[in-house]
Amino acid sequence: MTAGFSAGAGSNAGALEIRNLSKRFDGALALDDVSLSVARGEVHGLLGSNGSGKSTLIKVLAGFHTPQPGATISLYGEPLSLPVSGPQARQRGLAFVHQHLGLIPSLTVTENLYLGKLATADNWNINWDIAHQQTRDVFARFALTLDPTAEVGSLSAVQQALLAIIRAFVSVQEASADNADRPGVLILDEPTPFLPASGVDQLFDLVRQCTKLGASVIFVSHDIDEVLQITDRATVLRDGQLIDTVVTAQTSHSEFVERIIGHQIAPTSARKTRTGTTTIDVKSAASTTGLGPLSFSIGGGETLGVTGLIGSGFDDLPALLYGSQSNGSGELHVAGRVLKLARLNPEQALKAGVVYLPADRLGEAGVGSLSVADNMCLPVLAKLKTRLGLRQQQVDQHALDLATAAGVKPLAPALPLAALSGGNAQKALMAKWLQVKPQLLLLNEPTQGVDVGAREQIWAALASTAEAGAAILVASTDYDQLAQICDRVLIFSRGQIVAELTASELNKKTIAEYCYRSMSQSA
Amino acid sequence: MTDNPTPGNTAPSQAMQQYQARIEQLESKLSSFETSLGNQRVAPDWKTNAERYGLLIAWVLLILALGAFKPQQMFAWNSYATMFGSNAMIVALTLALLIPLTTGDFDLSVASVMGLSSMIIAVLNVKLGMAIPGAIVLAILAGCLVGAINAFFILYFGIHSLIVTLGTGYFINGVILWISDSNTIAGVSMGLIKAVILTRFFGIPVGFYYALLLTGIIWYVFQYTSLGRRLLFVGRGREVARLSGVNVTRMRVGAMVSAGAIAAIAGVLYTGMRGTADPSSALAFLLPAFAAAFLGSTTIYPGRFNAPGAFVAVFFLSTGIMGLNFLGVDSFVQNLFYGGGLVIAVSISQLIRGRKPMD
Repeated sequence: MTAGFSAGAGSNAGALEIRNLSKRFDGALALDDVSLSVARGEVHGLLGSNGSGKSTLIKVLAGFHTPQPGATISLYGEPLSLPVSGPQARQRGLAFVHQHLGLIPSLTVTENLYLGKLATADNWNINWDIAHQQTRDVFARFALTLDPTAEVGSLSAVQQALLAIIRAFVSVQEASADNADRPGVLILDEPTPFLPASGVDQLFDLVRQCTKLGASVIFVSHDIDEVLQITDRATVLRDGQLIDTVVTAQTSHSEFVERIIGHQIAPTSARKTRTGTTTIDVKSAASTTGLGPLSFSIGGGETLGVTGLIGSGFDDLPALLYGSQSNGSGELHVAGRVLKLARLNPEQALKAGVVYLPADRLGEAGVGSLSVADNMCLPVLAKLKTRLGLRQQQVDQHALDLATAAGVKPLAPALPLAALSGGNAQKALMAKWLQVKPQLLLLNEPTQGVDVGAREQIWAALASTAEAGAAILVASTDYDQLAQICDRVLIFSRGQIVAELTASELNKKTIAEYCYRSMSQSA
Repeated sequence: MTDNPTPGNTAPSQAMQQYQARIEQLESKLSSFETSLGNQRVAPDWKTNAERYGLLIAWVLLILALGAFKPQQMFAWNSYATMFGSNAMIVALTLALLIPLTTGDFDLSVASVMGLSSMIIAVLNVKLGMAIPGAIVLAILAGCLVGAINAFFILYFGIHSLIVTLGTGYFINGVILWISDSNTIAGVSMGLIKAVILTRFFGIPVGFYYALLLTGIIWYVFQYTSLGRRLLFVGRGREVARLSGVNVTRMRVGAMVSAGAIAAIAGVLYTGMRGTADPSSALAFLLPAFAAAFLGSTTIYPGRFNAPGAFVAVFFLSTGIMGLNFLGVDSFVQNLFYGGGLVIAVSISQLIRGRKPMD
């Protein structure tokens, strides 16, 4: 497996060696016997679409998941104990920069940089002058100027990302202070989606400087162009399996796309495209998070998919059209009614026949500690009321009827929602909204963490809702799902619609291709 | 949905038909099994019943245990009649607390509002010669005003309710001292005293029945109205409630204002019970009210703040204190009992919740 690439210098042990790593979740293999090695001083790309096992791999390295027995993970020739313990990995020189960076916005640059040290060292009297000077010195090594006393929250997104990487680098440097033979491994987990193009260049300069100093970098990304630009070698995962480790310079963009997507032929959708009358019109909808302005329409009975890569903003669209963040502008026309997104709130959206099922099932969609019946009946309490008030029996009976129709198992309305499996909770929450007969149904990742059988039932419920004339908008990164249930799919990149796929283009492969290509088109 | 396991749809063979019949049979078996499983889980077993009525049983045991030492007093109806009457305002105060607790807010100012209401009635009635009904109306309006002020700071500025109500509570204590010149005011009209304590049914002062009525109203609202369900959703999942179209802000304002109003009613009962108002004694009821609210949430409807549970909890705690007084234990026992009661009650409700950190 140690093809083509020659390690930088020094000893013959690679920086990070992963052997026979498997991870099983409830019977499903998320990682299937993955072996990979990262050489000293190299930037190693890690690519794969959603569900490829990429994030599981990172989480195993970070110690969140325990791998199946039989795996070995070694740093500079020394095996780590499994599951990986955070402190041990840090001492041996493994550091992470996650997408959300892990900085504390209300503290200064110096405080963030030395957070671990300040928090644990026996410091009765911190000399801030010296600490700030040290910070300046560190930045000077990378030819950066950042005010050590600035509050991190006031820095730009790029500066924050750079600071997080430098912090990781400093921590592996400290780890190698007593053993110069271990320059350290930095794992950058999707650091770029929220950065402007110029910021990405700055970040890459910093990555190159880190590797010049001997460190290795694992660069996790969706973006093939960036991987081509920065990495020496790259590993592609698909469906939990390691597809290939390639030398980047000898691999083209399309060869990467091919490896990421694979050659599976998705079943061509047998559904005919519905062209009902237009009932939903979105006019220059935009949010302050950088989405839009967007204008499109959805016909009655049509299912519209929206997708894109992470950071492309498509997943903010349902919440925007529901008025849940109050950061929008533009208009939503629903069956002749005009809703101003700037002043829209969920209460008004519901009155206009717009409903929203968020992806966060027990955080935003339902309350886990309350019963299935209470959760399902929340939108229709007023209708269930009798002259004597609301009877629990009646609420339970109503929920039982709905749950039976939706195929929720077990059929026990009094159980707390959290006791149901992901799929059954989703069926119940879907039924909660479908009973109000919406004009527009907004869904975010409707089948995330849902088993195959429940998926079919949820799709069937969506199909019959569309049949009844409702317009459906599904935001999802599950290309297979979009191909199966949508009449039309909009591809997003950097907050804009970059492509519209219909009819024969609606298959997993084409959707994925458009998503990955969209990055290079818009760059 | 096509469950057909054959790859090609050629003429169905005999074996295929048998196979499908078998599958159907198994599926119906499975569904009947699932239904029976479901029913089993909903049916209240002894464990849920023990949880639900645990406090009532503990109450009976407490009476028997204390009665073993002091039978003449512990088994006398008169002791209970007096205790029921003299704890009516704690019931009202606990109910005031329940409403914001249900919507996820703490109100530490309820005891101060109770003191304020008590003092307003005394000042208006004794010093300014106002009739009792008018004084009561003004006292309750003052309670509503405090609730509205709390809600404004909590919701407009986004400050945690603990901080806001701690501050407003202390502020009100100052107002009480100010309007009373730091003096106890005695001589409230007999009308109020008659209407709260002197009139008795079955030996129990009528104030108890007001508290019972209030408990019934709040129990009905929480259990049998859609308003009650919405309040519960606001407390358990603010984001879920908001995304389900519930006006969360209105619910929380309403909860704080009604807490103020009911705390003021507690103040009315307190004044009527004693015929006087003093500037500080009402504050001592904050902890008993919290203890009863949390202890009540472990019973009747376990896991939820509920009015009948709180009602039982108030009298459970005061029975314990009454009994220990009969035994001649010093008055510090009251602090031990209420303080310990609060911590134990919260620990029990945490066990019910499976020791998840409180939010």
